[in-house]
Amino acid sequence: MRRKTKLAALFLAALLPCAGAPVFAAEETEEAVPLTGEKIYVYNWGEYIADGTDGSLDVNAEFTRRTGIEVDYSTFDTNESLYSKLVSGGASYDVIIPSDYMVSRMINEGMLEKLNFDNIPNFRYIDEEYRNMGYDPTNEYSVPYTWGLVGIFYNKQYVTEEIDSWDILWEEKYAGKILMFDNPRDAFGIAQKRLSFSFNSTDEDEWIQAAVLLKEQKPLLQMYVMDQIFDKMESGEAWLAPYYAGDAAVLVESNENIGFVIPTEQGTNFFVDAMCIPKGCRNKSGAEAYINFLCDPEIAAANMEYIGYSTPESAAKELLPEEVVNNPIYYPPEEVIANSEVFVDLPQETALQLDALWAEVKMGGPGDSMTLILTLAGFFLLYVAVVVYKKWKRKREL
Amino acid sequence: MKKAVSRVYMALVFLFLYAPILVLVVFSFNDTDTKSRTVWSGFSLRWYEMLFEDRMLLEALRNTLIIAVCAAVGATVLGTVAAVGIHSMKSWRRKLVMNITNLPMLNPEIVTGVSLMLLMVFVANLFGVTLGIVSIILAHITFCLPYVILSILPKLGQMDPHLYEAAQDLGCTPVRSFFKVVLPEILSGVVTGMVMAFTLSLDDFIISYFCSGTTQTLPVFIYSMTKKRVSPEINALSTLLFAVILVLLLIINIRQGKMGKKAAKEANV
Repeated sequence: MRRKTKLAALFLAALLPCAGAPVFAAEETEEAVPLTGEKIYVYNWGEYIADGTDGSLDVNAEFTRRTGIEVDYSTFDTNESLYSKLVSGGASYDVIIPSDYMVSRMINEGMLEKLNFDNIPNFRYIDEEYRNMGYDPTNEYSVPYTWGLVGIFYNKQYVTEEIDSWDILWEEKYAGKILMFDNPRDAFGIAQKRLSFSFNSTDEDEWIQAAVLLKEQKPLLQMYVMDQIFDKMESGEAWLAPYYAGDAAVLVESNENIGFVIPTEQGTNFFVDAMCIPKGCRNKSGAEAYINFLCDPEIAAANMEYIGYSTPESAAKELLPEEVVNNPIYYPPEEVIANSEVFVDLPQETALQLDALWAEVKMGGPGDSMTLILTLAGFFLLYVAVVVYKKWKRKREL
Repeated sequence: MKKAVSRVYMALVFLFLYAPILVLVVFSFNDTDTKSRTVWSGFSLRWYEMLFEDRMLLEALRNTLIIAVCAAVGATVLGTVAAVGIHSMKSWRRKLVMNITNLPMLNPEIVTGVSLMLLMVFVANLFGVTLGIVSIILAHITFCLPYVILSILPKLGQMDPHLYEAAQDLGCTPVRSFFKVVLPEILSGVVTGMVMAFTLSLDDFIISYFCSGTTQTLPVFIYSMTKKRVSPEINALSTLLFAVILVLLLIINIRQGKMGKKAAKEANV
């Protein structure tokens, strides 16, 4: 919290060319551009932009102040809901921020506009290694916004051994204290890395093997979760949980019992959320101005400070406090990144197979649907028996 | 013995009903850096402060309230008119219309949501507009309507039909006699229907989600937080909403109690 305030001050100071003036006067000195009447519609993840609370910079308000373009900002919870919203035609947006595999899916389905990089000069700040990534090989459609890695959070009090691989999530002595991702791509990803397969494999066999591994793990799990991991880890209800580094870093900072580790040897998921412009946008130049604005190192730094993810810009990194930049949760060493992989959109067949396998893992698969049928049949029989008994009784009474 | 068991049972029922709300209220005052919802670390009002700073949250709240008020008023007006119409119908027609109005209540919400969205996208494309707050209000009026009708119809049934005729005999125009005679008689049903429509609209997620376009209501906004972590600001907001509703309920109950006593007295005289 304190850091955020500090950074906001730092940022405002950077805005202000004349040193010595009161830091917080920046807003008044630099005149706001009058409203142009233009508006852009932005669709982003929930709580994924600095919004002025907690002493952070209000990024959207700052954009309006600098350009005179108003921002209509709304939020989504998963890539899939973003996708369905766009496909349904229920809404049209100017800027969206999907994750890697969703970007490639949208590119494949022709849902994205090509960006005009002449309008996004700040793209030059994006570091070379974050350009032309697997999901957008020619880098025509997207500009990375944040990135991060998946690792394991663990409770140091109970998990004392050294963790160097995903195997620990299959360890029987922690049965009932392990959490797992409640979405197919991430959950299968961990199993795939344990088997040293690629996330983006199209080999049916590999997916089946991963599913077998997940089924093995299921009895040891406490639960499949997403954001409940924070509560469960914090209260000590669970001891081991894989999650996105940036999201839960605050846990590690505020709770000395919780540690974080990335299994370097087996590799992990490197995820990117990237800014794109969907087809059917109404204000492409405004959208590009917005993307350009978010790439401004100062803005990017203010954003990262609030979100807790990592920035793809070295220039922004320099503006961040040292303890963040040197923190391996946010910026892990080179070799960890080198051994990570991004998700790419899966071909239709593989995606269908993944859905089926995930259902099998979570529901127990065909074996269990038999029990379901038997239970239902049992209930039905019971019901018939009761009805018959009542009739019989009534007959006797007559 | 039996009495003790029934008391314990009662206590359990209330515990299960209100314990979650109690926890929510308590944790809205939690002084936490990690947005914890399980570890108590002292009393503070910071989430309430942050709540009033959070522009997006307030905007979502504002949208939700506008939608709820418009939907409640719209549904109540339409519903009252419809109820009066249905009430004066003859047997088979009435049954038919009642069944048709009841269908949307039994229909799974997701079906209502998707079908409304398809219709609205179609209409919006026709006129070259986009979905937004208007489409949500229309959708909410649609799904609130049957509830309003259902809460008004019994009141109309209880009313003496001759009152309306008497008013007209005494020189009222039909419209005037409706407002002078019928409306006061069915008012409690109308108010119940309106309150119901308001709350239904307030916490609707599925239908708003599909019909919202780029507008965001509070439930949709809260849901989008679930990847990171639902902030205790939401606890604070829910606490405030709960308090407001509690106070409203108390006022209504006290008023009704007074009116009931008055009516009883008059009946005795």
